[in-house]
Amino acid sequence: MNYQSQQVAKPYFIAALLLFAGQIVFGLIAGMQYLDGSFLFPALPFNIVHMSHTNLLIVWLLMAFMGAAYFIVPEEAQTELYSPKLALITFWVFFVAAAATLLGYLLLPYSKLAAMTGDAILPTMGRGYLEQPLPTKIGIVLVALSLLFNITMTLIKGRKTSINLILVGSLWGLALLFLPAFYFPVDTVKASYGWWWVVHGWVEGDWELILGSLLGFILIKITGIDREIVEKWIYIIIAMTLISGLIGIGHHYYYTGAPAYWIWLGSVFSALEPIPFIMLIVFAFKILAQRRREHPNKAAMLWAQATPIMAFLGAGLWGFMITLAPVQYYAHGTNFTAAHGHLAFFGAYAMIALSIISYAMPLLRGRTANSLAAQHREMLGFWIMAFSMGVMVLALTGAGIVTVYLQRAIDNPLPFMQVQEKSRVFFEIREAGGAVFLLGLLTYLSSFFVAGEYTYDDEAKKALKA
Amino acid sequence: MQQVFTKAMARNIFLGGAGFFLVIYLALTYDTWQRIPIRDHADRITPAVARGKYLFDTNDCMGCHTVNGEGAYFAPELGNVYKRRGPDFIKAWILSQPTGVAGRRQMPNFHFTNDQIDDLVAYMQWLSNIDTNNWPPNIQG
Repeated sequence: MNYQSQQVAKPYFIAALLLFAGQIVFGLIAGMQYLDGSFLFPALPFNIVHMSHTNLLIVWLLMAFMGAAYFIVPEEAQTELYSPKLALITFWVFFVAAAATLLGYLLLPYSKLAAMTGDAILPTMGRGYLEQPLPTKIGIVLVALSLLFNITMTLIKGRKTSINLILVGSLWGLALLFLPAFYFPVDTVKASYGWWWVVHGWVEGDWELILGSLLGFILIKITGIDREIVEKWIYIIIAMTLISGLIGIGHHYYYTGAPAYWIWLGSVFSALEPIPFIMLIVFAFKILAQRRREHPNKAAMLWAQATPIMAFLGAGLWGFMITLAPVQYYAHGTNFTAAHGHLAFFGAYAMIALSIISYAMPLLRGRTANSLAAQHREMLGFWIMAFSMGVMVLALTGAGIVTVYLQRAIDNPLPFMQVQEKSRVFFEIREAGGAVFLLGLLTYLSSFFVAGEYTYDDEAKKALKA
Repeated sequence: MQQVFTKAMARNIFLGGAGFFLVIYLALTYDTWQRIPIRDHADRITPAVARGKYLFDTNDCMGCHTVNGEGAYFAPELGNVYKRRGPDFIKAWILSQPTGVAGRRQMPNFHFTNDQIDDLVAYMQWLSNIDTNNWPPNIQG
């Protein structure tokens, strides 16, 4: 860490990890309700648990991205952050607003929350990921504007590297792509079409640019490779993201009321969407293989190396499996999509967030890297989370296949609830996977409390062992 | 190769590619916008349909159900529920929740008035006539 103002990233990272833990708890409750529909009912109906799970995901990822921006932008610009004070105020505004929104979900019936927060003036509530009441949505815009003002002013007065331009540019994109959240017409087909501007625009477009810039930054730092090479790669990768992904949005338009030409356009272009992820793997492995230094933070290296692989599996492979229109005709709206969603969000975005946290947190705590014991704990946490996520994804895929077959493909298709009962074993495996994931997360979190920093003694011990 | 292919070229491919496909997407969206009202019979969006949709959203029905495959996968598809079950069943079902059957997935009772339930049914009836390219594959959704 070279600039004092980078310290403002720390509360963002800590809050991100706390909210991550909250997300997993709600995930476990939701998974339990698949096994026992009476669980916590009527106190917490499934939809409330579901929105808490997904909204916490979005908020913790945004927290991590913001923390990453406050950490990276000054370092890349080689100047102090324009206003560290504003960044800290913004943090508390965002954190308190997120907590208040969550309490609103948990303590009030959703319709009452809508009535109390002026949803009738401008209806925005009641669709996936965007369940927040109007004041929260406005708050998100204000927080984003504050972040953008701060990092853009920093960029203007400092060095303009490609990493920084892509990062700041994609955060502007993130904020702009949130604005369609305020567009919720009565015409449900138009509403769905516009909803994807936010959701697809984020996770299959803009956020991949954020991912690319964060991974590029980490790799430059831990490998010592010439930034010209890294930045060239990143430009080509994100070019492929948008070349495939812009028209690739059509894979959401097959069966929701949009014209039939999207079946062809969406199939062709979304089939190309795995390409940037394959390039990301080649890029990361090539850069790491050619590294010019041995960075003592091996845990960060593991995260940075594993992120492209898991992102490819979740976003690329599992996405590809259901993206072609004839396949999606049967797989649309099943747990196949949930399987893809889980592995893509975890592999691409949770893991890039944990990568930058792994690299930055030791520096924010005044050390180059954590002690080897702490790093081993962190890496154990990674392996448990990655493995259990794999179990959950396979189980959800199994449940999806049961639905495809029994409810969609056979001659005498069964009703929804009967099919769900026949999928029970997969929901049991999914919940077991979720429980192990929580163990992995706790293992990971505990690594922050393993004392000590990386020392030459550690280095010597490692050398003797080898 | 490295000397031939510069970072500036990579950046231009990014900006050019993104700009080109963004323009194409916007043109397609303009065209789609003209066709959607015909495909979903927007002329049949009555005040009752609009009220029903508002109730549908402010009670977060899609937090459990899907509509044309979008939403959560905890409860049945509602895009075609009007055709699958008919209006009388839907009304009776909403009123009789929760079933309270132990272990079975529970739907809350939202304490709707009869008029509100009529509005919800009007919305679901409108949904059931959208041209979704023949999705779902069968009536079970």
